[in-house]
Amino acid sequence: MFVWLHPYAKTERAYALCNTLMPYFLSAAILGLSVGLVWGMLFAPADYQQGDSFRIIYIHVPSAILSMGTYVAMAIAGLVGLVWQWKTAYMSMIAMAPVGALMCFISLFTGAAWGKPMWGTWWIWDARLTSQLILLFLYLGVMALYYAFNDRQQAGKAAAIIALIGVINIPIIHYSVEWWNTLHQGSTITKIGKPSIAPSMKWPLLVSIAGFMGLIGTLTLMQLKNVIIERELHRPWVKQLLSERETK
Amino acid sequence: MAFDSFADFIAMGGYGFFVWLSYGVSFLSIVLYITYIKRQKRQLTQHVVAEQAREARIAAAKQSQEK
Amino acid sequence: MSPLYSIIHRDFTLAMRQKADIFQPLTFFALVITLFPIAVGPAPETLQKIGPGVIWVAAILSALLGMERLFRDDFNDGVLEQMQLSKLSLSWIMFAKVLTHWLVSIVPLIFISPLLALFLNLTMPMYWALLATLLLGTPILSLLGAIAVALTVGLQKGGILLSLIIIPVFIPLLIFATSAVDTAMFGLNYLPQLAIIAAMLCIAMALTPIAMSYAIRVSHQ
Repeated sequence: MFVWLHPYAKTERAYALCNTLMPYFLSAAILGLSVGLVWGMLFAPADYQQGDSFRIIYIHVPSAILSMGTYVAMAIAGLVGLVWQWKTAYMSMIAMAPVGALMCFISLFTGAAWGKPMWGTWWIWDARLTSQLILLFLYLGVMALYYAFNDRQQAGKAAAIIALIGVINIPIIHYSVEWWNTLHQGSTITKIGKPSIAPSMKWPLLVSIAGFMGLIGTLTLMQLKNVIIERELHRPWVKQLLSERETK
Repeated sequence: MAFDSFADFIAMGGYGFFVWLSYGVSFLSIVLYITYIKRQKRQLTQHVVAEQAREARIAAAKQSQEK
Repeated sequence: MSPLYSIIHRDFTLAMRQKADIFQPLTFFALVITLFPIAVGPAPETLQKIGPGVIWVAAILSALLGMERLFRDDFNDGVLEQMQLSKLSLSWIMFAKVLTHWLVSIVPLIFISPLLALFLNLTMPMYWALLATLLLGTPILSLLGAIAVALTVGLQKGGILLSLIIIPVFIPLLIFATSAVDTAMFGLNYLPQLAIIAAMLCIAMALTPIAMSYAIRVSHQ
């Protein structure tokens, strides 16, 4: 079933695949982000409750959703690595980690900047904010563990285990935090956060989510190329590739 | 168009600071990350080129010794 | 059963010869808890309010502090490698080691918890709830923490890294444990929270030994 995937366990093929896929992701990112953000910023109507401050949604929601999605993708890559022992799977896992952490940071920051005018405070221990913060720590933990090892194969296995433990925990953390918050205080805030969204606001949001997917794909591929080069620095094909690039 | 003038667009109905702050910081952090990746790649390239130059020098020195 | 018993017996004897390893986390636990009344003020109502949380946070920190030693000596002198070669399943061996560690370094914390509950002005129902959550919850700390310990045991700077990778995973446990004690404060039924913690413990007991044995194999490469 996975026979067509096997060649990409070789780093050289994986690197070539990165180059092939890059233009698609990059154009999806540029197209999606420019259309989605311009549409959202200029043409979507202002929210009747929140005015124009809701326009932060076009980066806040995509980055928040996709930071979770990236974590799951990262854990799947780790699982693939553990099961089939592909080093390229570990490489793509660790290439996704900083990108996911970046998305997490963006969603936290924009959430804070949105919260200040709406709730009157930069930070609140709201269930979603809290679980997003914990997600950021999970990302940092995976990266810290990976880079603590000198042997990259060992590092990949260790980080994959922690990523898998994290992914089992994400739903538990999410629901327990939600439950914790509703226990301590009424969720008056989250109700404003999730009104049923009008189509004129929803479509630009969906487009910019697609754009963010492209962006995450592009950044991951760029990072993955570096990870592959760093790992295979002494292979002839890497030497040839880089020296050709230098002479150009 | 949800805005009448450019000034309106910048003001964002009074929320300009927060909206542009979040857009600005998001954009900046993505740009910084891309610069970081580019710099990493350049360093790796320089490392390989330096290594190859060194190997070439060693080979040349060996040849001249043999002569 | 006897090989497992012999592992437990061996670890227990070794731990008893290294009494400092038991007393350091214990003293740390008491010290951290002493800091809180000094820092936030000695008002009994405040202390009662923050008490369960403080005790649980201190328990997590001191458990992590002691846990670093869980596999380190056996890893460094090669005993763990020999254990891998034995006929016994490595998961069972790891489970036995974690159990011993829990008995030796966490149970003392539970023993002194009445005193600390007194310090923090907890009421009797609150204390019973606290005791129940500690008894059910701290084994989860040991089991999950042991995976992280097994992963970081070969590294030079394991200490802070260990906390960094495993503390986020403890958050659900912390939420349910402290909320059980809070519920007990109002004299309400806290069995649901205990049931959830017990369910977590069952799952952790079933799954973590497998992850631990895999992790220790990774560390031995």
